[in-house]
Amino acid sequence: MSTPFATLTTPARPPVAGWWARHQRAIAPWLFLAPAMVMFLVYVIAPIFQSIAISFTDWDGLGAKTYVGLANYVELAHDPDFRTSLVNNLIWLVGFLLAIPAGLALALFLNQTVFGVRLVKSLFFFPFVISQVVIGLVFSWFYDPTNGLLFHVLQFFGAPRIAVLSDARWVTYGIVAAGLYPQIAYCMILYLTGLNNVRADLIEAARLEGAKGWRLLWHVVLPQLRPATFIAVVVTVVGSLRSFDMISIMTQGGPYGSSRVLAYYMYEQALSEYGYRMGYGTAIATVLFLIMLVYIVFVLARIWRQEKES
Amino acid sequence: MFPMPVAKASPPVRALYSLALPVSLLVWLAPIIAVALTSIRGQGDIMAGNYWGLPREWRLAENYGLVFANTPILHYIWNSFRITIPTVIGAVSLSCLAGFALGIYRFRMNLLVFFVFVGGNFVPFQILMVPVRDLSLQLGLYNTVTGLVLFHVAFQTGFCTFFMRNFIRDLPSELIDAARVEGASEFQIFWRVVLPLVRPAVAALSVLIFTFIWNDYFWATVLVQGDTSMPVTGGLKTLNGQWVAQWQLVSAGSIVAAMPPVVIFFLMQKHFIAGLTMGATKG
Repeated sequence: MSTPFATLTTPARPPVAGWWARHQRAIAPWLFLAPAMVMFLVYVIAPIFQSIAISFTDWDGLGAKTYVGLANYVELAHDPDFRTSLVNNLIWLVGFLLAIPAGLALALFLNQTVFGVRLVKSLFFFPFVISQVVIGLVFSWFYDPTNGLLFHVLQFFGAPRIAVLSDARWVTYGIVAAGLYPQIAYCMILYLTGLNNVRADLIEAARLEGAKGWRLLWHVVLPQLRPATFIAVVVTVVGSLRSFDMISIMTQGGPYGSSRVLAYYMYEQALSEYGYRMGYGTAIATVLFLIMLVYIVFVLARIWRQEKES
Repeated sequence: MFPMPVAKASPPVRALYSLALPVSLLVWLAPIIAVALTSIRGQGDIMAGNYWGLPREWRLAENYGLVFANTPILHYIWNSFRITIPTVIGAVSLSCLAGFALGIYRFRMNLLVFFVFVGGNFVPFQILMVPVRDLSLQLGLYNTVTGLVLFHVAFQTGFCTFFMRNFIRDLPSELIDAARVEGASEFQIFWRVVLPLVRPAVAALSVLIFTFIWNDYFWATVLVQGDTSMPVTGGLKTLNGQWVAQWQLVSAGSIVAAMPPVVIFFLMQKHFIAGLTMGATKG
């Protein structure tokens, strides 16, 4: 190997090792880290602080920034569209969490060893692999009030037709349902992996004691699935707060902004035909970031505890 | 095993299960099956609301031919590859290096640096959007494939480093100690001892990142305008606007756009699931 590192260290060790040889183990980690750290600092860490700084200004993205103090946040507090977005985010969060029990139920249903079940499991996982843009298009077509599947189903049962995506009462629930489709698949695969590693001896012991069904699931199986549940909660919460693709594809926030969430409203304020209000947009983003920060701290605290134990 | 294996159940339960399995699969995949069928239907079937029956007019060649010939979808797909593959290579390479540093060495800032990568990986995209777009504009990388790749590499490095570090930390430390005793330099330890051992992690990350980046829509809309550098997700959205109510074309386009990650998933399923479920079994 002709790397600079190799040539520096291959000579038989002299009695007094060179500077590099003595310090190699202290400096090496930083050399290995440098490329990743530079990229991450420039594109992820620094922008967080830049965004927070921009949120105290009035800026169209081109001209000079004008410092306005907390004006953007004061405006947010009185902005009904912001409140709608925040409420919708809450609906997304609660609705999305249904993916966890649903994923567990599917995993329990599929955790068998019958012929062909491996293929069935991977086909159940399928929706997660497909782009949300495609899922969004499929569900828009389902909800199509003139000719969609939902229309035909409702007609079959004699129910009145609902234009899900153009009805402010239903639109967010409709999009959340579409978002749940891949998310349930994700949670299912987490639980299938977890169930694969549940300790058979504990289950057998509990069965000998007469435990079965719900009691066995609740007292013996679920505690062992805690790591899977933790990850499922994290990815589901993060996924619900990141919801953007489906809204952009299915309704573009409509009708009349009733299906906006913070992520979409921010984009709309900062970068769309509604104008380039970067300061106001980053203020919305900062609020979203602070909400997410609660979860980030929660996750890091858990990893911290694990690190301390090992 | 939980629940009780059906093999031990009574014959009626076994029969019920082997019936329920395909039926539930069919219901679950109904949206995707409907799209696949619709992509080969004619306009007449669409107007008549024929979703579930066999197509009355078979328009496989016509629909897909129309999508390929009359739209820039091949160009979008080509862009998606030009964005996705360099991102996979870049993010996985950077995270091998960083994961090695954080997994092998004990130094004071180790956990702090690790937490920055893990925490950064969860931030909402919107908090990055304005500065990243501005930076790309200033570097002359707005509306270029390179601009998208650089951002994706940086952002995915967070998750990849998290993954790699945990994988490398679980390698037997005797291997590294033995290499040190033999006088290997730190880089040789990385290149000759650790890198050959992390191949499963590289495979898992590669398929995951491929899928994530292929399916990215948000950054395509933020950092790209027009068709030149647009990947297939953003392209499909544009096409959808042009194909009003021509669901057979929307479906054919969707299938074409979804194909690459689907193929990769089925070829490398084991690695994909191993990557996705990391940590679901311990901790």
